[in-house]
Amino acid sequence: MTEILFVLFAVVALGGAFGVVLSRTPVASLLFMVATLASVAGIYVLFEAHFLAAIQVLVYAGAIMVLFLFVIMLLNLGHDYRADLKYGLWSLLALVVAGLTAGVLGQAFWGASDTGFRGDGAAVAAALDAAVREQGAAGVIAEPLFTDYVVAFELMGLLLLVAIVAAVVLAKPKT
Amino acid sequence: MHEMNQLTTFWFWVIGGVKVLAVFTVVMAAVAYMTLAERRVSAFIQDRLGPNRVGPFGLLQPIADGLKNIIKEETMPGTSAKFYFVLGPALAIMPAVVTFAVIPFAAPLPTPVGTVDMIVADVPIGILYILALSSLAVYGIVLAGWASNNKYAFLGGLRASAQMISYEVALGLSVIAVLLLAGNVTLTEMVWQQQQLGLWFVFPLSLAFIFFVISALAETNRLPFDMPEAESELITGYHTEYSAMKFSMFFIAEYSHVLTASALMATLFFGGWDIPVWTGDDMFWHEGALIRGFDDAGAPIPATPSILITLLTLGAFCTKTAFFVFLYIWIRWTLPRFRYDQVMHLGWKVLLPAALGYIVLIAGTMLVLDQLGVPFGLLYGLVLTGVSGVTTIAFLFFIDRDRVIAGAHGMGAVARRREASRALLARRAAANPDGSVS
Repeated sequence: MTEILFVLFAVVALGGAFGVVLSRTPVASLLFMVATLASVAGIYVLFEAHFLAAIQVLVYAGAIMVLFLFVIMLLNLGHDYRADLKYGLWSLLALVVAGLTAGVLGQAFWGASDTGFRGDGAAVAAALDAAVREQGAAGVIAEPLFTDYVVAFELMGLLLLVAIVAAVVLAKPKT
Repeated sequence: MHEMNQLTTFWFWVIGGVKVLAVFTVVMAAVAYMTLAERRVSAFIQDRLGPNRVGPFGLLQPIADGLKNIIKEETMPGTSAKFYFVLGPALAIMPAVVTFAVIPFAAPLPTPVGTVDMIVADVPIGILYILALSSLAVYGIVLAGWASNNKYAFLGGLRASAQMISYEVALGLSVIAVLLLAGNVTLTEMVWQQQQLGLWFVFPLSLAFIFFVISALAETNRLPFDMPEAESELITGYHTEYSAMKFSMFFIAEYSHVLTASALMATLFFGGWDIPVWTGDDMFWHEGALIRGFDDAGAPIPATPSILITLLTLGAFCTKTAFFVFLYIWIRWTLPRFRYDQVMHLGWKVLLPAALGYIVLIAGTMLVLDQLGVPFGLLYGLVLTGVSGVTTIAFLFFIDRDRVIAGAHGMGAVARRREASRALLARRAAANPDGSVS
C-alpha cells in the first residue's frame, strides 16, 4: 500500500515538475507547481512527517502559490509567449548549476550513510513515533529548530527580511 | 461492563469506512438544510415568510433546489478557458468536504468490537490539517474567476485571493493562543484540555475567540466580508458565469466551510462535545487506556464510555455547532458589507498586530503562572480569564471608536476630527472672503 502510494505521489511530483517547465501558460505552470508541492506533502505523510506535510501545504501551496497566482492574474501575464531559454551562455550556465545540484543531492543520497538519509527504517520510525507521542507533532520539529539550529533559523529569517526590503526598494517609485 | 480495548485492524477499516460515509452524508445533508435555514432566518429577520410551500414548513425545499440544479442546462461561455472553467468548482468543493474529518463530534462509543472514537481521522496534526486544506480552497474561486474571462468574475477572483491570504494570517495567529493553552495541535486533546481546565477556552482566550470569529467570517467569504461576490459591485463575482450544478457546487463549498468553521468555533473555544459542569463525560486516550482524569496522586482514573454519554455529547456538539451556524446567518443579514480597503485595513493593520500582541500577553501570563507553580486547573483558567477580559474590553473600546470603520453618518473620533478641520477652514474662509492666501 505504502509503496503504491509512494510511486503515485512520486510520479505526480515529477510529472508536475516537468509540467511547470514545459507548459506555456503561467497559470498552468502554477497549477502544476501546486500539484508537485501537494505530492511532496503526500510523500512526507508516508514518512510519518505529518507536521512537515501540513506546513508544506499551508505555507507553499496555500499561501505563497496563491500570491504567485495573484500576481500572474493581476499583471495578466502569459499572452505573449516567448521562449525564456535562449541557447548560448545562459543555457550552459544553467546546465552547470543543474549538474552541481544533482551532484550535491547524489552525494547526500549515495554517499556516507551516517548523514541520516539511510538507516534502520523501522528503528527510526519507532523513535519518531515515541517522540511524537511525547512532544506532539509540532514539538518534534520545534525543539531542535529553536535549540540546536536557532542560529541558522534566525539567519533564514534575516534572509527573507532582506528579500522583503529589496522588493520594497525596487517597487518604490523613484522620486 | 464493556470491553475497553482498541480496535483490531480489520474492524478499524470497517468502522473507518462506515464513519467516512456517515459523516459525509450528514455534512451534505446539513449543508442542504443550512441553505433552507439561511432563507428562513433571513426571511424572519426581514419580516417575511421565506420558502414554505415545498413540504411542511418548506422542509423539502433543499431537495427541490437540488433537483432543479441537476436538471438545469449547464452553460459554458464561449470565450472561457474550458478546462479551468470546469476545474474551478471541483477544486472549490474538494477541500470543503474533507476538512470535517479531524473534528471530534462525540465521546468515544463502546461497541462489541472495541471502543470507537467519534472522529473520522484523529491525525496527529489536527487543526493544521484543517488550516492547510482550507488554504487550498481559494484556488477554486480564483481559477473560476480567471477562467470565466469576464471582468466582474475576474475581479471577484482577485479579491478572493488577496482577502483569503490576509485573513489566514489572523486566523492562524488566533489559533496559536489556543495551541499555547492546549499544548497540542490535535482537536481531541483540545477538548480534553478544556475538560481538564474546567473552563471552556472562550473564557481564558476571549480575545482570540473574537479574532477567530472575524477571520473565519472573512475566510468563508460571508458577509460582511463577501468582497469576492459583492452583488452591488460585481454582479455575483467569481461565479457570475456559472449555472446549474457548477454554480451549486460553489454554494455547497461555501456552506461546508461555514459548517466546519462553526464546528471549529465550538471545538476550539466551547469545549467541543463537552457537556458543561458535568465531568462524567470527560474521556481521553492515555497510554492505550480510556481515562476520565487523574486523582490527587496523579494516577489515571479509568472512564466508562456508554452509548448514552455518546448520544448526549453528540447532542451537545450539534447544539453548539448549530448555534454558530445561526450566528453566521444572523451576522450576514444584520451587517452591511465592508469596503474593500476597510477589509484590508482590518486584516493587516488591526487584527495582525493585535493578535500578535495578544499571543505575547497570553504566553507571558502562562509563563508567570507556570513559574509560580499554579497547577493547570480552575485558578489557572480564571487568572487568564481576568487578563483576557481586560484586554478584550480594551480592544473592543478601541475598535469601536470609529478608527477602523466609520458609518455613513459616523461621528466617532475620526469623523469628529475631520468635521472640526472642515469647520476651521470654513471659519477661515469667512474671515477672508476675497480668497487671498495670508
